[in-house]
Amino acid sequence: MESEIKVAIKNLYKIFGKNPAGMISHVQNGISKKELLEKFDSVLALNDVNIEIPAKGIQVIMGLSGSGKSTLIRHVNRLIEPTSGELIVDGKNVLEMGKTELREFRRRTASMVFQRFALLPHHTILENVSYGLTIQNISKNDAAERSQQWIDKVGLNGYEKHFPSQLSGGMQQRVGLARALATDAEILLMDEAFSALDPLIRTEMQDVLLRLQEELHKTILFITHDLDEALRIGDNIAILRDGLVVQKGTSEEIILNPADKYVTDFIKDINRGRVLRVSAIMDRSKLTKGVEIEKNMIIDDALQIISKSGLSKAIVTEDGKPIGSVEIGRMIEAIARPNDNTDETATYH
Amino acid sequence: MRDLKKYIDFGFRDFSRAYGDAIEAFFDPLLYFLVWLEKFLINAPWPIILVIIAILAWVGSRSLFVVLGTVGSFLLIGYFGMWTDTMATLAIITVSTLLCIAIGLPIGIFMSRSDRLQSVVTPILDVMQTIPSFVYLIPVVMLLGIGKVPGLIAVCIYALPPIVRLTNLGIRLVDKEVLEAADAFGSSYRQKLFHVQIPLALPNIFAGVNQTIMMALAMVVIASMIGVKGLGVPVLRAVSNQYLALGLLNGLAIVALAIIFDRITQSFGKRLQKHLESEHGV
Repeated sequence: MESEIKVAIKNLYKIFGKNPAGMISHVQNGISKKELLEKFDSVLALNDVNIEIPAKGIQVIMGLSGSGKSTLIRHVNRLIEPTSGELIVDGKNVLEMGKTELREFRRRTASMVFQRFALLPHHTILENVSYGLTIQNISKNDAAERSQQWIDKVGLNGYEKHFPSQLSGGMQQRVGLARALATDAEILLMDEAFSALDPLIRTEMQDVLLRLQEELHKTILFITHDLDEALRIGDNIAILRDGLVVQKGTSEEIILNPADKYVTDFIKDINRGRVLRVSAIMDRSKLTKGVEIEKNMIIDDALQIISKSGLSKAIVTEDGKPIGSVEIGRMIEAIARPNDNTDETATYH
Repeated sequence: MRDLKKYIDFGFRDFSRAYGDAIEAFFDPLLYFLVWLEKFLINAPWPIILVIIAILAWVGSRSLFVVLGTVGSFLLIGYFGMWTDTMATLAIITVSTLLCIAIGLPIGIFMSRSDRLQSVVTPILDVMQTIPSFVYLIPVVMLLGIGKVPGLIAVCIYALPPIVRLTNLGIRLVDKEVLEAADAFGSSYRQKLFHVQIPLALPNIFAGVNQTIMMALAMVVIASMIGVKGLGVPVLRAVSNQYLALGLLNGLAIVALAIIFDRITQSFGKRLQKHLESEHGV
């Protein structure tokens, strides 16, 4: 997918401590996070992060807690100031913006969804959703009208006059999502937006997001610690560890070619059959007989079709035309875990 | 040591001679308002005042019990001949509370913004609350003489700290994530203050107002020593002449006022937090 770069994060460093700027040279000379903490009492949060986020796509930043992912996302709208680096949005360096310009940027260009919702408890749902509009001094009626559309879109119709405390977590995050969408900002920053929800609700919210994205085409930066979530919604994924980007790529690239042991450990337990697509493992040899499988089908579904057919091979098609073939053994090989643990069985998610 | 004392004494005397009039003039509007309120409360026919108080009690508490208790207490106060003194006390409490809010709220807000200011103001508040009232009565009387304004100032010095403290605390306790959200959507400082911080700090600020009223009432007797009319005067007389009944009755009237103010402001404060009552899935 080729498209223009909406957000570019360049050589971003963030160090917490007494003299962060002075620590940069140590970090560039390769001092470890642990050493920096012990010797200089400074915490290395982000280490030379470079990520280019294409417009209208979902970029997932993934990492465990302490990897710096929440710090990273807060740099995009400058809730946190970097120690050094550049942050280019639409060709403009956000870090050079003045106070007023930054405020306008936050009001119109980038909106945010928070892990623990961060709704205003003393405002109704309608007032919460229109918060971003009211602080732009848009008239109350206009703001209410525009907000109402988003309330309907996230499925909260009828709850306008309720207070956040009266809603469940999932519903509160729908409010958070509607609030972020209501400002019509092109960039959506989602900081572990669904992590506080239980698994069923989380899946439901992912569906809501994907459904809305089909229609809205926002540039979304999504932070998560959950690999399944990352694989499910991310067009591109960047894996962060100790402030360092260890791998960037599509979900398939990461699963088929993990960059190091850290990533390998990460992807060990996921259900590969639900992520990998037939196109990743097919070969170009033409086949004349057999069932047809679309190249973008996930392997889980393809396996069902091929096993029902009773044959060991299937034709892979693109736009209805055969482009190659795939063999059942190759499929099973692909979804088996790559390391040689003996007790591996199917994983359920 | 003696020289130091002398220096302070004479220095302050000269200061009060030089600026006393100007400072007095500065407080004139406040005095006019206080006198006007007192006159109104005392001169208006008592049933009208009683109705006004009952309505205020209802608006504040929305509780029939509190309204009936309030009306009952005021009828008893009138029956025992303490109406005029009670009205005078009510006037000074009202004015000093308003003054404390007007001064304390901004100080509390500024304090919440700066740790440095907090570390400067907190010890001053400690001094204001713990220093024996008589000690600051001396300079106040030297500066402004005996009367309502010095009384008002004395009451405010004593009653100001809780509103400052609780405003500061309330704003500092506002959820950091909500503030971050306000920032992320591009709120200006003013918008954040009025849309988020003050509304969310309101229950605490209100607890501060409540405490301020209580402490102002506690100062009524001491303020009467420097010429403030009200329930404190008969109490003071009772102490010096050993009139047990007189002291007890007026003391109880102060207690009644305290309880009424407390209940009304507290239930009002609770209503402010109504949105926090969780009613899942209603």
